[in-house]
Amino acid sequence: MTVTTTVADDLRASVRGFLESAVPEAEVRRIADSPSGFDAALWGRLAGELGLTGLVVPEEHGGSRAGFAELGVVLEEMGWALLPAPFFSTVVLGAGALLLSGDAGAQAAHLPGIASGELRVAVGGMTGTPTCEAVAGSRGWLIDGTAEGVLDGATADLLLVFATCEGGTSLFAVRADAPGLSRRPLRTLDLTRRQAQVSLHATPATLIGSQGDGERIAAALLDRALAGQTAEQVGGAKRVLEMATEYARTRYQFGRAIGSFQAIKHRCADMLIDVSRMEVAAAAALAAVDADAPDLPVAARVASSFCGDAYFAAAAANIEVHGGIGFTWEHPAHLYYRRAKSAQLLFGSPAEHREALMTLLEAGRG
Amino acid sequence: MTESLDAFRERVREWFAQHVELTGGDGGDRSLEAVGAARRFQAALFDAGLAGLTWPVEYGGQGLTLAHQLAFNEAAEPYAVPTMPLLIGLGMCAPTLLEVGSQEQRDRHLARMLRGDEVWCQLFSEPGAGSDVAGLRTRAVRDGEDWVVNGQKVWTSGAHFSDYGLLLARTDPAVPKHLGLTMFVVDMRAPGVTIRPLRQITGGANFNEVFFDDVHLPGDAVVGEVGRGWQAAVTTLMNERVSIGAGGGGLGRRLGGGEFAALADLARRRGALADPVLRQEIASVFVEERLLELLSARIREDVKAGRTPGPQGSVAKLAGAQLAKHAAEVGLEVLGSAAWADDDADAERWTTSLLGAPGNAIAGGTPEIMKNILGERVLGLPREPAVDRDVPFKDLRVGGGRS
Repeated sequence: MTVTTTVADDLRASVRGFLESAVPEAEVRRIADSPSGFDAALWGRLAGELGLTGLVVPEEHGGSRAGFAELGVVLEEMGWALLPAPFFSTVVLGAGALLLSGDAGAQAAHLPGIASGELRVAVGGMTGTPTCEAVAGSRGWLIDGTAEGVLDGATADLLLVFATCEGGTSLFAVRADAPGLSRRPLRTLDLTRRQAQVSLHATPATLIGSQGDGERIAAALLDRALAGQTAEQVGGAKRVLEMATEYARTRYQFGRAIGSFQAIKHRCADMLIDVSRMEVAAAAALAAVDADAPDLPVAARVASSFCGDAYFAAAAANIEVHGGIGFTWEHPAHLYYRRAKSAQLLFGSPAEHREALMTLLEAGRG
Repeated sequence: MTESLDAFRERVREWFAQHVELTGGDGGDRSLEAVGAARRFQAALFDAGLAGLTWPVEYGGQGLTLAHQLAFNEAAEPYAVPTMPLLIGLGMCAPTLLEVGSQEQRDRHLARMLRGDEVWCQLFSEPGAGSDVAGLRTRAVRDGEDWVVNGQKVWTSGAHFSDYGLLLARTDPAVPKHLGLTMFVVDMRAPGVTIRPLRQITGGANFNEVFFDDVHLPGDAVVGEVGRGWQAAVTTLMNERVSIGAGGGGLGRRLGGGEFAALADLARRRGALADPVLRQEIASVFVEERLLELLSARIREDVKAGRTPGPQGSVAKLAGAQLAKHAAEVGLEVLGSAAWADDDADAERWTTSLLGAPGNAIAGGTPEIMKNILGERVLGLPREPAVDRDVPFKDLRVGGGRS
């Protein structure tokens, strides 16, 4: 699916307008500082007023069935504003896993709730070897194990968990109020994106998709997660570049705006060079999702390895351009620095993505 | 009835298919044989009515649209087009004459340039005026109706095979540096013009030093107005950027031409493909190369859609230079001590890349100058305080070092 420039521009303007008025920095900090890190009223507006949670949900389930190109525009703005809401976990990962599973029943059961904003979903065990095990008993599936670092896992209504079982890895749905489920919010480096440890002890679960299909779903979901995250990274990097440039224009030392010194100017130019490359890399990865391109795994890793390093470099340079004020708690620079490092490692490090790239390319999938 | 774009593209395809023998050759070669090949190709193209697609018809062009140029580029994609030695003339000098040249200059030169009958070069840089071209010292002094030129130019690509050059010279040292310059057309075979090849660290000699000793130019050699040479030079340099951009980031493609594939092949043959550190580096080269292709594609899309390309042109130039350097370093690391074996084709290929990399980064604007442009024109950061503004050129210190 292609998105015309006008449609993308309109979407960007409306999301930017909403986030600027509804979630300014003070509000970002208020939500991030709250016990749950979640604001129900804001979530309701994102879902209802803007219809964003239904963006990639098919029309028959109450969504607008847009593509990743449009989703990317929204994610970029959310990364720009550091929106503290479980959007990525619910829409990119949750709805993404359900759509990839091909399980019509599960889609009918959960996608309408995602689109309407009534259901928030978290996904555990997508990367690495699953740490949960599912066993089929007389009264259905039961899961044991602990999923670490589940994005927005403490506030989700539904958990989708990759677990090993007979026949290989499979995807399961677990209700947040299921017996034997406990959740421990984690202290996170990234203050605007929560994570939780989710423990399951003989917790009843529903199989999603076919038994043994989990590895395929997880791999395809990871490609989409990487692509989606690069859009957030582009937004964040643009914001820190704006911040640094604005400061360099208006901060005077030695009788001159510090941006007139080439030492500062060139750091800003380096950020611009990286942002320009991040933009084309992310756009290519998002387009590969929409085209279901065979080289999506490559495009996603090209974008993710580059954007991970470049965003973090930009966030670090922003603090340096700001000097002393840049490393105070009150200045927003550290919020982006935290997000950039967290994002760089969240779904695998750039080095891991590069190694995976080599393996893909050796197999002739470039 | 006008020809459709598709029909035009098909006509170009057919022409190339019938003239395969005129294509081929290394785009970077500046030997006299390469110039001969370029002239033959261009003459055939001109005679077939396919040269100067977007040029005005009155100067031998076809008066077509940019879309035609892009269709042409598409059809030409599978072929090595040997016109590199003509690009400075066609991409920079000719547009300058079109914009600021006199009617007589246009009538006399443009069609001949377009057919490859005249080859041109550009004489701006000097030993004392590199990044700061406006600080040049070559003097042009009035002698009745004529001008007499004395001085030295450097980094002049193709001077040794050019018929004419666009010369930027100082005509008034009593005013600030940008105000005292004038552009001239110079016959490269005029008495007093001496051309000496400049050997680069690669061993090749694509550039020249050009010396002017009492070279007489007629009054009608002035391009544009006396004292407005800087504006004319900016026109030339802007066209350099546009021609790179419209060429579809040809720069990127040329520099990036399969560095990853070459490295992966080298590493495989040399048994280095299992080394985890080298794998990281080779993968990084792949990423840089892919990003450069994407940037070039973005530039093409912008041009096609009639949008002014953003900073991608400068970014592509920097990224291309960085890629070339990185790939060469990785290549040498794979080779290890075999890198200086004198009978090894791999060693030859990668040491040539390594030695070419610094020139790639500097030619056409150093990374520092490119970053100043990005910082000032795109990000809106203030310029350095200028100590050379409002100072008569004769009172200004320029050059120095050991030039």
